[in-house]
Amino acid sequence: MREQLNNIKLEAEKRLNQAGSLAELESIRLQYLGKKGELTAVLRGMGQLTPEERPQIGQLANEVRSFIEKILEAKTKSLQEKERLSRLEKEAIDVTIPGKRRFIGKKHPLSIVMDEIKEVFIGLGYEIAEGPEVELDYYNFEALNIPPGHPARDSQDTFFINDDFLLRSQTSPVQIRVMEKKKPPIKIICPGRVYRSDAVDATHSPIFYQVEGLVVDRGVTMGDLIGTLQLFARSLFGEDTRIRLRPHHFQFTEPSAEVDVSCWSCGGKGCRMCKDEGWIEILGAGMVHPNVLRICGIDPKEYSGFAFGLGVERTAMGKFNIDDMRLLYENDMRFLRQF
Amino acid sequence: MKLPLKWLKDYTDIDVSPKEYAHALTMSGSKVEGWEVQGSEIDKVVVGRILSVEKHPDADRLLVCQVDAGTGPIQIVTGATNIKEGDLVPIALDGSSLPGGKKIKKGKLRGIESAGMMCSIFELGLTKDDYPDADEDGIFILEGEPAPGTDIKEYLGMNDTVVEFEITTNRPDCLSIIGLARESAATFGTSFSIPAVTVKELGGPVEGKATVEIKAPDLCARYAARVVENVRIAPSPRWMQERLRASGIRPINNIVDITNYVMLEYGQPMHAFDLENLKGHSIIVRRAEAGEIMRTLDGQDRKLDESMLVIADAERPVAVAGVMGGENSEITPETKTILFESANFDGISVRLTAKKLGMRTESSSRFEKGLDPENVVNALNRAAQLVEELGAGTVCKGVMDCYPKKAERKTFPFDPDSINSLLGTDIGTDKMLDIFRRLEIAIDEEAGTVTPPTFRRDLECEADLAEEVARFYDYNNIKPTLLEGRAATIGGKTAKQKVMDLIAQTMLSCGLSETYTYSFTSPKVFDMINLPQDSPLRKPIVISNPLGEDYSIMRTTTIPDMMKVLATNYNRRVEEAKLFEMSYVYLPKSLPLTEQPEERPVLTIGMYGDVDFYDLSGVIAELMEALGIGDYELEPVKDDPTFHPGRTARLTIRGANCGILGEIHPNVAENFEAAQRNYVALIDIDPLIRNSSMVPEYKPLPKFPAVTRDIAVLVDDGIPVRKIEKVITDRAGRIFEDVKLFDVYKGKQVPEGKKSVAYSITFRASDRTLTDEEVSKVMEKITKALMNELGAQLRM
Ligand SMILES: [Zn+2]
Repeated sequence: MREQLNNIKLEAEKRLNQAGSLAELESIRLQYLGKKGELTAVLRGMGQLTPEERPQIGQLANEVRSFIEKILEAKTKSLQEKERLSRLEKEAIDVTIPGKRRFIGKKHPLSIVMDEIKEVFIGLGYEIAEGPEVELDYYNFEALNIPPGHPARDSQDTFFINDDFLLRSQTSPVQIRVMEKKKPPIKIICPGRVYRSDAVDATHSPIFYQVEGLVVDRGVTMGDLIGTLQLFARSLFGEDTRIRLRPHHFQFTEPSAEVDVSCWSCGGKGCRMCKDEGWIEILGAGMVHPNVLRICGIDPKEYSGFAFGLGVERTAMGKFNIDDMRLLYENDMRFLRQF
Repeated sequence: MKLPLKWLKDYTDIDVSPKEYAHALTMSGSKVEGWEVQGSEIDKVVVGRILSVEKHPDADRLLVCQVDAGTGPIQIVTGATNIKEGDLVPIALDGSSLPGGKKIKKGKLRGIESAGMMCSIFELGLTKDDYPDADEDGIFILEGEPAPGTDIKEYLGMNDTVVEFEITTNRPDCLSIIGLARESAATFGTSFSIPAVTVKELGGPVEGKATVEIKAPDLCARYAARVVENVRIAPSPRWMQERLRASGIRPINNIVDITNYVMLEYGQPMHAFDLENLKGHSIIVRRAEAGEIMRTLDGQDRKLDESMLVIADAERPVAVAGVMGGENSEITPETKTILFESANFDGISVRLTAKKLGMRTESSSRFEKGLDPENVVNALNRAAQLVEELGAGTVCKGVMDCYPKKAERKTFPFDPDSINSLLGTDIGTDKMLDIFRRLEIAIDEEAGTVTPPTFRRDLECEADLAEEVARFYDYNNIKPTLLEGRAATIGGKTAKQKVMDLIAQTMLSCGLSETYTYSFTSPKVFDMINLPQDSPLRKPIVISNPLGEDYSIMRTTTIPDMMKVLATNYNRRVEEAKLFEMSYVYLPKSLPLTEQPEERPVLTIGMYGDVDFYDLSGVIAELMEALGIGDYELEPVKDDPTFHPGRTARLTIRGANCGILGEIHPNVAENFEAAQRNYVALIDIDPLIRNSSMVPEYKPLPKFPAVTRDIAVLVDDGIPVRKIEKVITDRAGRIFEDVKLFDVYKGKQVPEGKKSVAYSITFRASDRTLTDEEVSKVMEKITKALMNELGAQLRM
């Protein structure tokens, strides 16, 4: 019997080691350890043994059983691991197939630029002011130091509704409305849609966006204007951007300036974008005219202020290298999706 | 304004490159648009005298000429017919270049050697405006007696540099050579002087030869005139023609050229009348009478009205003041006596008159900016001097000068400290005074006042002085600062602006891209979207001077604009478009407009392609969630003619109508040539803002398990699922958590007119685990209600 058990041990070990699948292992288990298995059969014959032999053979049988179980367990584990590996291998996919996209919508380039501008000025403590597009003549012209008959009225090619109402040709009326209501310190920017009767072409649109800024407080200087615009130009066009002011004339500021930024394309060396000048004009600015402050009930002896304005379309076109303004209002998906 | 640099040198001596000059003037406030070196493309073109002309032996249309081009005779073959022996013509020699990059080489024409080419005006880059008498099709026959071999650029005065300025409206004094010379001298620190003008006045006294009367002194501050007799109309001399041409003005004859020359030089428009054609030899400055008609120099009959100022003789208008002269008193080759006008007209009146008559002239564009009355007689005398210099006639003694009220010079205080504190600078008083002196601003140091010259009517207050100081100091030398030491402000967006941002952000997250469209449109769009005839939206704000009918009304709805965008994309074969726009519609409260209209913010959504109604309503659901609006409903709309009667819904929030969404009616889609199916929503933004709760309310996460039960019912097809859902939520009581529609089925095994709807309902209590019994009770209630209220049949 002892011999029988040893044979079982050797045989089982041999077969287990040769087994190649979990199914095979199971059949081996049944063959030796199952209820009808060989080991069980041997144990059933224990009755014939002498009482002295019984515990010895019993112990040996248990040893054989646990030996087989141990090998079986180890073998099962390794075979399971192997099968999982092969399954994972079969599950391999082509990871270069394009992902399932949700296609988030794209912000319009004009919004991108306006949002950037808003962010810069909010960081500097400005509020965002808005006002009507169908505006009174008074706010669009008179309160801005442009009385009836003034030639500056012609230069803006205004759309009129009737004698009193027009489509605002600038966002400056918003400044007036704010100054009428609010006491200094005032720090606002006014982004908005404005109208001028220019025919549509690659560089003109009868509807376009402006962002104007206004600061009124005690002791505001032209140096403050220049410092503010410098900071603004750097945040919008990059750290290395320089600005240049040229004297100009606006009715509602004095002194007035046109403001150039160093060309974002060539950095100022001169290129096609800047017509070899190294500079690109983007802003108008100046110190608020004392007449305008007075009209709004602010004493120009006590307060001073600066104002500036820029065209959003031209800025966006420069920033994104867009060569035709019409693209901005045509809304071709293939254009919009590029931003 | 064009400035020939040689002309500038009559007044101040500046010797720098055009580039340096342009930069310096731009930075001191006279913006240079560009400059042109005349004739820079012309090389090796000289004056040649034609010595002989013979027929080409082998070509009927060609001539063989011997020409003296300064270096002995050369032979040139030409096809021109307007030349003869003795003519002086421009010769492009072998190896020469002409405008447009054209190179001329010697060669053979039909076997005969030709050493160069004779040029027409066009080949020299000139036009008929430059030389009205030149033959359009032939060779340019030169006038005068230039020596053969003379460089053609030198002979034609094409060797100057012309700088073009963009002058701002406040500086009409710079619309003159003298004004620009003054600015140039102040910029470069050179000396500046106007040569003295002397008139010999060899004629008899002007008295009795003509009279001048101003009947509208409010519109004419000054009117001065001189009379010239024994006039000899002839071409003006070359130097004058060259300067006029360089300035962009076409030479005509000596008298007209003098008026233009003085206008350019002094900035004072002038006019010359044929005195013999002035009835009563009188000049009357008056308002036109209503219905008066006058033919202007351009040959057009102009209908005048009482708002316009005219120059009249005893009987009729002879000029529209400051705008254009009349044909009836025009200078002709036969003119013998002239009256020169130099006057000061009201800027606004000239501007409005020119606008009404639709004729903006060199003269009107100067007057409209407001000119200096003190300049009037200086300019008149300069014209008289030029008449004498040119031998164009005999100037009578004396000036008729009507100047009812002398222009006053404005004096105002000057405080260097307040200028420095406005600029943020520390500029010395001496430096400021030096700038003022160069600009001819009088200074009273004791009184602390300044008095600008009459030609600087733009200088009215200290802020104006600050600009004068700053522009010669150079704006870019001002030290940049950032409002240091001023009270801090918080800044930021308003609650409304934040909601608007969130709406846009949600649209982007839903895959919609942002559009911008014009806010004015065509009145035809109302029919295109099938808008009912009686809709109030058909009463828009109308623009009185639109760019055309297509842009003539302020939009009252954005649906047409969205449809146009969708159609544009569709017609360009873009497979799918998903778009939104945040914009305004403009709703008048009264027409004609007497008060500010409502500018109502709206959200427009549009899509076509692989989308359906539920993609659109899904976007609305996302939006409501983002804005924290739970209490909204979509209700079917069957009667909006813009939309599909079965696929359209109204959005209501707390019972109030806030917008519409649905499939565009196929007829409307056809009108726009858009895709077959387009889904569009138009939502009012204000109610979204009012009802939004931007701070979400936190509810603790559940501690006890949920129980989920499914239910499927058969109901009439016409019952909206939202109605079934409402019955479920109403009956589910306090343990209700959620209801999800998971199936809607019509077809096999479902009778005609019915549909099968399946929900999964979730229950949960916050304080205990629910028992089966509890849930079954509620389910029973729900089932009963569905059967009783909606006639539903329970399905397995
Ligand atoms: Zn560049």
